[in-house]
Amino acid sequence: MNLVATRRRPQGWSILRYLALGALCLAWIYPFLWLVSASLKTPIEIFAKGLNLLPDTPVWENYVRAWGQAGFSTYMLNTVIVTVGTVAVVVFHTALTGYVLGRYDFVGRKLVIGILAATLVVPAGLTIIPIVDLVSALGLLNGHWGIILALAGSGQSAAILLYAGYFRGLPRELEEAATMDGAGFLRIFFNVMMPLAGPVTATVTVLTFLAAWNAFLIPLVFTFGTPGLRTLPVGMLAFVGTNETDWSGMAAAATISLLPVIVFFFFVQRYFVEGIAGAVKA
Amino acid sequence: MHQNVLRGAPLAKRMWADRWIYLFLLPTLVLVGAFTIYPVIASIWFSLLDWNGFERAGAFIGLGNYCELIADPLFWNAFKNTIVFLLLAVPLRVGIALVLAIVLNAHFPLVRVFRTAIFLPVVTTAAIVGVVMRYVLDPTGGPLNIALLNSGLLGQPLNFLGTAGLALYSAVGIWVWKWLGITLIYWLAALQTIPRDLYEAAALDGANAWDRFASITLPLLTPFTIIITLITVIEATNVFDLMLTLTGGGPFYATEVIDIFVYRQAFTSNVPRLGYASAAAIFFGLSFIVLASLQLIVLRKVRARRSH
Repeated sequence: MNLVATRRRPQGWSILRYLALGALCLAWIYPFLWLVSASLKTPIEIFAKGLNLLPDTPVWENYVRAWGQAGFSTYMLNTVIVTVGTVAVVVFHTALTGYVLGRYDFVGRKLVIGILAATLVVPAGLTIIPIVDLVSALGLLNGHWGIILALAGSGQSAAILLYAGYFRGLPRELEEAATMDGAGFLRIFFNVMMPLAGPVTATVTVLTFLAAWNAFLIPLVFTFGTPGLRTLPVGMLAFVGTNETDWSGMAAAATISLLPVIVFFFFVQRYFVEGIAGAVKA
Repeated sequence: MHQNVLRGAPLAKRMWADRWIYLFLLPTLVLVGAFTIYPVIASIWFSLLDWNGFERAGAFIGLGNYCELIADPLFWNAFKNTIVFLLLAVPLRVGIALVLAIVLNAHFPLVRVFRTAIFLPVVTTAAIVGVVMRYVLDPTGGPLNIALLNSGLLGQPLNFLGTAGLALYSAVGIWVWKWLGITLIYWLAALQTIPRDLYEAAALDGANAWDRFASITLPLLTPFTIIITLITVIEATNVFDLMLTLTGGGPFYATEVIDIFVYRQAFTSNVPRLGYASAAAIFFGLSFIVLASLQLIVLRKVRARRSH
């Protein structure tokens, strides 16, 4: 009797739950479906068809226009260079710092941790003017390096914490055995420790990849004078600034810009979710 | 952790023995020094200057920028917009995500699909979402207005982003939509720390779903609530990407938050005002810290009184 009652109640609730969740998820992904649909229609079709997402015949020409004339091939290349560069610099410097903070006691350790913790709360709006001033004084405003270094140098305390926590947990015997074999500080790090830190490197790579790909303020103000260095979001803003009425061109350009991160996310979902969930548990 | 073998030795000798450690710290210290610590200090100095950025250095004017700020209605407008945005967007995002997390913290078919769908906007570029949403919310051809008109919910289209009284609320809605998935993951992680046998024991004692929520889930989530709210508040002061591309601060400064005010003064006005922009950023940063500390003190007092 009791069993039947408990089994029956969840069923009505279950249908309601599916309906509510289904509607919610549709609202969440509809803008992306609309975007892809609009990118394959002519501008007139977008207005005429209302909510009907299927184009009569896919207009691939929109993509050709966005990729070529509108310059999104250049923006894509710039974004890839900036993202790969930022990931490389971030993994390099946060792994080194995380390693020594996690495994060694030294004079000034607390000071370094204090500085890194304090940088967590610094808002981006506060630092942008001196950053532009500094990078311009260093003569780095006319290349990708300025953007890469500025992105890699701000807000990386979380990655350092991830590495420090992981390296702290590795057994001490690893170094002792390596030292017996005659390995020095550098060789222990690069040949023993770094290969073991693969999972953390994966998480840091994924988080940094998304942050760099989606970065906006720094690429925007760094490329005021150099349109050839614009990244995808900066190029997007410039495109709709001059082609406001080109709905299908906008949709194709936005699809080109968003597709790589969305595909990337589906492949590495696990690392990403673990990374942010771990941050809150810590 | 490795202790230095020369613990009692003179400082210089110990530091020399640890030279590899300092070498390892060097890249981070250089980068953080150049792109976070130096900029904070430089901002304080810049805020005391009258500087248009064309000249190499500005003229020192003491607290002149701050005096001007206090009398600038557009600064207070931006200040107010930031606070209104915070007060609306943070509870919405944290609250809706909690409800969703409780529903999705179970095993049933498609649960992973639902979680992934809610999470999808999080990974997309905020600045591009801002541009796209201008079109989605467009009064003449945007799908949202078409859907609302077709369903009879609206008699005539709403200009979500072009109406001064509505634009800030539309921005709040889009921001919550964009970032809800990340808060959902935080809450799911928090819910998974609650042992299941607590619920089973309560169910045996005859507690209904609401009792279980109020006397087990909520109290055990309190520490997470504070952290998640804090993270969300910090993120809610950082809406530059979305706001600049969505509305650019308009119409008539109705959505101009502090970040946009600073950006406009520093980079897009005819004569850049780097000193004035820095002063605005610092003034808001300091008031924000003061407000946050006050809030924490009040919270602690209330809780201390309750436990008595």
